[in-house]
Amino acid sequence: MRAVRLSVVTAATAVAALAAVTGCSSKSDSKSADGAIQVTASDDACKLSKTEFAAGHVQFAIENKGNKVTEVYLLFPDDRIVAERENIGPGTKQNLTAEVKAGSYEVACKPGMKGSGIRQKVTVTGGQTAKRDPKLDAAVAAYRTYVQQQADDTLPKLKTFTDAIAAGDVEGAKKAYAPSRIGWERTEPVAESFGDIDPKTDVREDGLEKGQTWTGWHRLEKALWADGKIGDEEKKLGVQLSKDIADWQKRVGTAEITPTSMANGAKELLDEVATGKVTGEEERYSHTDLVDFKANVEGAQKAYELLKPVASKNDPALTAELDKQFAAIEAQLDKYRTDKSSYEFTSYDKVGPSDRKQLSDGVNALSEPLSKLAAAVAK
Amino acid sequence: MSDTTDAGAGTTTDAAGGTTSSAPSRRSLLGWGGAGLALGAAAAGGAVAAVRDDGSDAVPAADTGAAVPFYGAHQAGIATAVQDRLHFAAFDVTTKDRAELIQLLKDWTAAAARMTAGQTVGEGAYGGLAEAPPDDTGEALGLKPSRLTLTIGFGPSLFAKGRFGLEGKRPEALVDIPKFPGDNLDPARSDGDLCVQACADDPQVAVHAIRNLARIGMGKTAIRWSQLGFGKTSSTTPDAQTPRNMMGFKDGTRNVSGTDAAALDKHVWVGEKDGSPWLAGGSYLVARRIRMHIETWDRTSLSEQEDIFGRDKGEGAPVGKAKERDEPFLKAMKPDAHVRLAHPDTNSGATILRRGYSFTDGTDGLGRLDAGLFFLAYQRDVRKGFLPVQRSLAGHDALNEYIQHVSSAIFAVPPGIRDKDDWWGRALFS
Repeated sequence: MRAVRLSVVTAATAVAALAAVTGCSSKSDSKSADGAIQVTASDDACKLSKTEFAAGHVQFAIENKGNKVTEVYLLFPDDRIVAERENIGPGTKQNLTAEVKAGSYEVACKPGMKGSGIRQKVTVTGGQTAKRDPKLDAAVAAYRTYVQQQADDTLPKLKTFTDAIAAGDVEGAKKAYAPSRIGWERTEPVAESFGDIDPKTDVREDGLEKGQTWTGWHRLEKALWADGKIGDEEKKLGVQLSKDIADWQKRVGTAEITPTSMANGAKELLDEVATGKVTGEEERYSHTDLVDFKANVEGAQKAYELLKPVASKNDPALTAELDKQFAAIEAQLDKYRTDKSSYEFTSYDKVGPSDRKQLSDGVNALSEPLSKLAAAVAK
Repeated sequence: MSDTTDAGAGTTTDAAGGTTSSAPSRRSLLGWGGAGLALGAAAAGGAVAAVRDDGSDAVPAADTGAAVPFYGAHQAGIATAVQDRLHFAAFDVTTKDRAELIQLLKDWTAAAARMTAGQTVGEGAYGGLAEAPPDDTGEALGLKPSRLTLTIGFGPSLFAKGRFGLEGKRPEALVDIPKFPGDNLDPARSDGDLCVQACADDPQVAVHAIRNLARIGMGKTAIRWSQLGFGKTSSTTPDAQTPRNMMGFKDGTRNVSGTDAAALDKHVWVGEKDGSPWLAGGSYLVARRIRMHIETWDRTSLSEQEDIFGRDKGEGAPVGKAKERDEPFLKAMKPDAHVRLAHPDTNSGATILRRGYSFTDGTDGLGRLDAGLFFLAYQRDVRKGFLPVQRSLAGHDALNEYIQHVSSAIFAVPPGIRDKDDWWGRALFS
């Protein structure tokens, strides 16, 4: 988890962001690659291939055939700007993407980037969004099942951990600590969307707000590894963690999930790795960072695999690269465990600076193309 | 060689003519065709942008906002009038696939052509799909081209056997730099398969360029180390004021002038017959991070400081002379004076073109300023340029008490990009 996400306010922002993505994720026919509206701009004309189109994502493929630099605007009737593309040089092509609701608009080309431009009225129809590719609906449904499954599987693993805490068994609790977190780490973007649970379960000491009591996994991690003892306080915290995770397990099915939020969630999982795990900040006492790392990658890969049937059709080069980079990061991680079926990884404090740099490079190599997955899905 | 090497051949033309006030902003340049950009800029903003028409790379010190032509016989950023700021990055190539590396170099070339012209990368920094990150990172929007130059180099490790089939093409002059006495090199800040030198008059423009190239390269390359620089410490356009280094001394009085085609051909550009045809028109770059012991230097008496350099601090005149540009009389200087040891006359005429920058990376854990000189030197043959001079300096220079070389790298710098179909490294990989 990221410390910066811990306040209720920022968590709420995350939820809002998720909702915003949802709003954008509807697919319209006009958004498919060949459904773009051609805008042919010249020094004295502004021609559109169609002036009536469906609401949703609209793509304008602009070509400036004039001799002057031009700009193209999509405007509300009162001249407010919906979307714009400036500085389109003579002989060049540019794309402009906008999310548009039903209504009347104007497209303006401004040769020389001056004046009110050459106007063209356009009508956007359809109060409801166009149908989504059923494959994407299937992906969302499968991912929802996966998220629930991960939460369900977490409960018994967490019980092993909290039972050991309750029994005062330091060694047993240490052993059960990292496995108890795997399901959470695999689905973290969804888990984090519940702004009230995350700050109680996965907060690090430096992420605490003023007046906030430190609870959850990392508080117990410190007790086990730094202090080496379990007291009454820790036993109470174990009970509390069980309750909070059970709460998550009950509510996780209600999370808002869309194809693009899945894609961006996959990228966020790698962001978690890039900011918290490769630095060793996340598990600073237990040094089990590579377990979280692995779980984050697995969660990202799950979302990716589900979206791949659609993404590979829209952008085969991207999915080829992602297949390659997922394989590469797994191979890199495999170097740090003796048995590929277990989650026993090298303690992160034993991973030297140059190996950490290599892991970081591997994460970048995967994250950069992964950040383009949402676009490939939204096409 | 150290910070203040005075090595340099003949010199001075005041090439700062042609400066004007206003250049167009990046924003207004977006969309202009690459090759025609300089002319377009001139028309739009009244700026005088130099166009290399003779392949000599002789670019006057133009308006600080203007665009430097990307295409030419030599890469821009070598003989180009030195800009104010630097972001230098060394990369490891992480892919093992030759075709992928070639594609990356093509992608980088295309992006470099756009960015040096003041344009954004790909489809720009906004206006694209809302759910996806923009192609361009956007921090240079609205800024002028700022004379951005991007210069690529290939390190010895790129030519290693079993990597990209280049072992037969490693130039003899691309030597492994030996350890010099006093060197305290950090491997994590040395060497690299590729380097890109970004120079601009605006630091944000230089950083933007490296950041976007690094991003394009992810999965194929990874940044190994990088260095920011400010306050150019040498000039390829000798003018009235020679810049001062962090020690407060004028530096680079005798540097090779970017307009002196004869000196460039003799000392900087690799020739057709130098043994590596693919590198003809290119050069060799040595990069050294030289840490200065600022605090002890500042406690050194003025006379000792001046003795160490062999110049006076105010005017910059050589010992016994009145003016900065007076011919130095080396024998008047102490035997271990920096200028004396670095001078071509002491080193059988060894001459390099320097493009160093000052750096200050905050303070170290001991409260000392982590500052010094990021030394960049271009030459036709390192064995006749940097190596003999540094050998002379490392052994005897009085300045060594106050400086330490902490990183080192060498690169073969290919010739310029001729046209839109050309790309960085084409001659090497073809």
